[in-house]
Amino acid sequence: MLDILLPILLFAALAVAALGAWRRVRLWRRGRASQVSVFRGLIAMPRRYLVDLHHVVARDKVMANTHVATAGGFVAALGLAIVVHGLGLAEGVLGWLLLAASATMFAGSLFVVRRRRNPPARLSKGPWMRLPKSLMAFSLGIFVVTLPAVGVLPADAGGWLVALVLAAVVAWGLAELVVGMTWGGPMKHAFAGALHLAFHRRPERFSDTQHGGSPPTGLKALDLDDAEAPLGVGQPSDFTWNQLLGFDACVQCGRCEAVCPAFAAGQPLNPKKLIQDMVVGMAGGSDAQYAGSPYPSPERGDQPVGEHQGSPHGPIVAPASTKDGKALVDAETLWSCTTCRACVEECPMMIEHVDAIVDMRRHLTLEEGATPGKGAEVIDNLIATDNPGGFDPGGRLNWAADLELPLMADVERAEVLLWLGDGVFDMRNQRTLRALVKVLRAADVDFAVLGNEERDSGDVARRLGDEATFQSLARRNIATLSQYRFDCVVTCDPHSFHVLKNEYGAFYPEGQEAGYPVWHHSTFINQLIEAGRLRLAPGQAARVTYHDPCYLGRYNGEYEAPRAVLQALGVELVEMQRSGYRSRCCGGGGGAPVTDIPGKQRIPDMRMGDVRETQAEQVVVGCPQCTAMFEGVVPPAGDEEVAVKDIAEMVAAALDTTPAATSSAPRDTSTAQATEEVMS
Amino acid sequence: MQPESAMTPGLEVTVLVSVGRHPLTGRARRADQDARGVELARSLANAQVRLLHAGMRDESSEAALRGYLGMGFTELSLLEQPEGADVLPALAEALDAMSPHLVIAGERAERGEGSGLLPYLLAERLGWPLVSGLAAVESVEEGMATLLQALPRGQRRRLKVRLPVIVTVDDAAPAPRQSAYGPARRGAFETAAGPVSDDEQWAAWQVQPARQRPKRLKIVKAASARDRFKAAAAKAEGGSGQVLTDVTPTQGAEAILTLLREEDVLR
Ligand code: SF4
Ligand code: SF4
Repeated sequence: MLDILLPILLFAALAVAALGAWRRVRLWRRGRASQVSVFRGLIAMPRRYLVDLHHVVARDKVMANTHVATAGGFVAALGLAIVVHGLGLAEGVLGWLLLAASATMFAGSLFVVRRRRNPPARLSKGPWMRLPKSLMAFSLGIFVVTLPAVGVLPADAGGWLVALVLAAVVAWGLAELVVGMTWGGPMKHAFAGALHLAFHRRPERFSDTQHGGSPPTGLKALDLDDAEAPLGVGQPSDFTWNQLLGFDACVQCGRCEAVCPAFAAGQPLNPKKLIQDMVVGMAGGSDAQYAGSPYPSPERGDQPVGEHQGSPHGPIVAPASTKDGKALVDAETLWSCTTCRACVEECPMMIEHVDAIVDMRRHLTLEEGATPGKGAEVIDNLIATDNPGGFDPGGRLNWAADLELPLMADVERAEVLLWLGDGVFDMRNQRTLRALVKVLRAADVDFAVLGNEERDSGDVARRLGDEATFQSLARRNIATLSQYRFDCVVTCDPHSFHVLKNEYGAFYPEGQEAGYPVWHHSTFINQLIEAGRLRLAPGQAARVTYHDPCYLGRYNGEYEAPRAVLQALGVELVEMQRSGYRSRCCGGGGGAPVTDIPGKQRIPDMRMGDVRETQAEQVVVGCPQCTAMFEGVVPPAGDEEVAVKDIAEMVAAALDTTPAATSSAPRDTSTAQATEEVMS
Repeated sequence: MQPESAMTPGLEVTVLVSVGRHPLTGRARRADQDARGVELARSLANAQVRLLHAGMRDESSEAALRGYLGMGFTELSLLEQPEGADVLPALAEALDAMSPHLVIAGERAERGEGSGLLPYLLAERLGWPLVSGLAAVESVEEGMATLLQALPRGQRRRLKVRLPVIVTVDDAAPAPRQSAYGPARRGAFETAAGPVSDDEQWAAWQVQPARQRPKRLKIVKAASARDRFKAAAAKAEGGSGQVLTDVTPTQGAEAILTLLREEDVLR
């Protein structure tokens, strides 16, 4: 009897799944066009799964092995079951292989059961709670029905009642694991995830493509010359189809939620929920079915689910004219993000949260004119004065009146173009800049600055969604840069660093390209030390910890150089629990201090808490934003203030100033005096 | 903002907008006070708001005017005028033809003469009343507008005025909304050629950057640091002014003349 039922069940499940797949593909196709190479993507997919995806999953060893056993066992078992039971080809070794595969899968599913017993808060509940049972049903059912096929049991063992029960168990497993894959069950992640890997919007993320070392993290440019193209994403169907596909791939593992600083601070953002909301919008409906942690709400503790709904062609954020109106997500959710990329780094499904968030911000800023907080003012300043603070652009070098910095306009060529950034207007950052100048002079580096010709890099404008202002700043900066000759650009601002290095390339005029490397000052100083150009006085006995800036670390993969410099300084480095690629954001990125969405606590306070846990006397940073955020933290009563030092300041203080070493840097002493004056 | 019933349906509002100038960089932009005027118009329920500009059209002025379109408009009426022309006759004629109920303008322009006289001259030509320094339009009912005028130090005066009326706004009016790139780019200019009258005097003038006006020094005779601090922190008190009511224009003018002589402004 089973040999009649099983083929019917198997092929019926496959047929229904195929129908579901067709419908799901149609959902994704509601998105806008996006160029992918279908064939190459499909070829590369297994490698992307085994290498790139597994690289992320393997950060949790138990889960990785569980997944390998369960998923590997399932794929093998399903394939073999089709051959053995569907086509009745049980001969020889096939049946035994099927037994092995289903046994492996069963072993894996036991671990899934164990994990689901006390699931961490980041995991979604709801239908996900029945998944381990379905996995067991499938593996066990297939195992038992295969026993007769290999001759361990007689073909009619147990009679028709047992056969019916077994068929029902197998049918349950098939319904969840095969049909559910394309009809929106938890297993959807396997189907969508596989295709997402093949058709990813950033194929350069994967190891089968070439991307020259640093992770590809630059935002994609909006085509402003095309008057028809939507300015960002205002409704789910404005996403490209492979972005929609990516959202659908989410396994609701909540790794992104666990690392999101905005979520931890109680701001109304949870990256996992956001991705699920996009799925809701794509398919149409309300978020009532969502079974994970909701968005935090400063007033209500949690935002209850079921209040929001959307449709593929409906607005994502309710327009301002519908007061108190709700659509798919609230604007505050989108503006809470610091673009720290921690979620993207952790996501095993390679989903690009930041791209999606900025896409939606673009619509809010460019179409609705609804940048919150001080956002509109900052953008207006950038348009009128080329810096976010609205300072006189003719005063960019006022802080350095005594330093006689060589201007590019005068020297026209130099070894290093020192990009100063908007920190020139900030008294704290001026101290860092002075230290950096002192270090460069001590190493006899031939450098020059753009002075008043420099403009804001456009970082904040772009993260606030104002692509038009960003592109205008980028094009004008590029025109300025193109006038001069230099070997490399060095900057102490990781945001300028990222934008110049990874995002300006798209805006060079036809036939030109950025023919220079861009270095963060920590990298450059490390090069100087390695080349023996800097003489450091040994022996600073300090216990420090180092905070990886998001835009240096996760955005550009530079974790080593600052640590190497600290080692050369001889200080004792204690790492925070979350450091390196898991570093927690300072709260200063993505325009978050400008939009200032309230939460239960502040992100920089939490990060300074991390710093205090290490009992370090100083926290070393490499970013003007981080410095500003950390110095704004009031230490808890009774606690010592932890000094915040830029890495350039650390190096400047350690320069070997004995006469033999300083012969090449006569200006050192005057610089030090001037530094004190500014500080006092 | 206001309950809809308080508004006459189809209140026609024209906002006069000009090309502004950023105080630090001199870049063309939407003028701040004019943008506040647009914001005020936008907040009126049931109003049909129309933007009107008279002036030269070139790349930078067009970019600046698009700043107003970005506040959510699909078109802007443009009376093309050559550089340095006196825009008064063109504006007066256009307003006469449109006959809106309410005309909103900024107190003074950020470039050009910037004398702040244009609204007054317009009012004179059209024979309409003018209310300056508006903070809000409270309601418009049966041809009467209830306006809230801003006075120094946060005081407000409620006025009832018969329509049509010209009102001007300054920094007391609500801050303008953000100008969005999308609508600004899509918005259209509806160009019309108005009468051109050359401003001969203007052509003969020499324009140079303004210097800051000298401030009257407060002479404080204080014995202790505490007194000096109190004097420095104290608000300027009016005190010595006098309010003239029910006087003839001649008496008023004489009083002003006397004051100007006392202050050595006129000798
Ligand atoms: S977005 Fe990625 S990390 Fe977040 S829940 Fe989904 S799969 Fe997990
Ligand atoms: S980028 Fe950072 S702040 Fe934004 S959603 Fe991801 S983890 Fe949260």
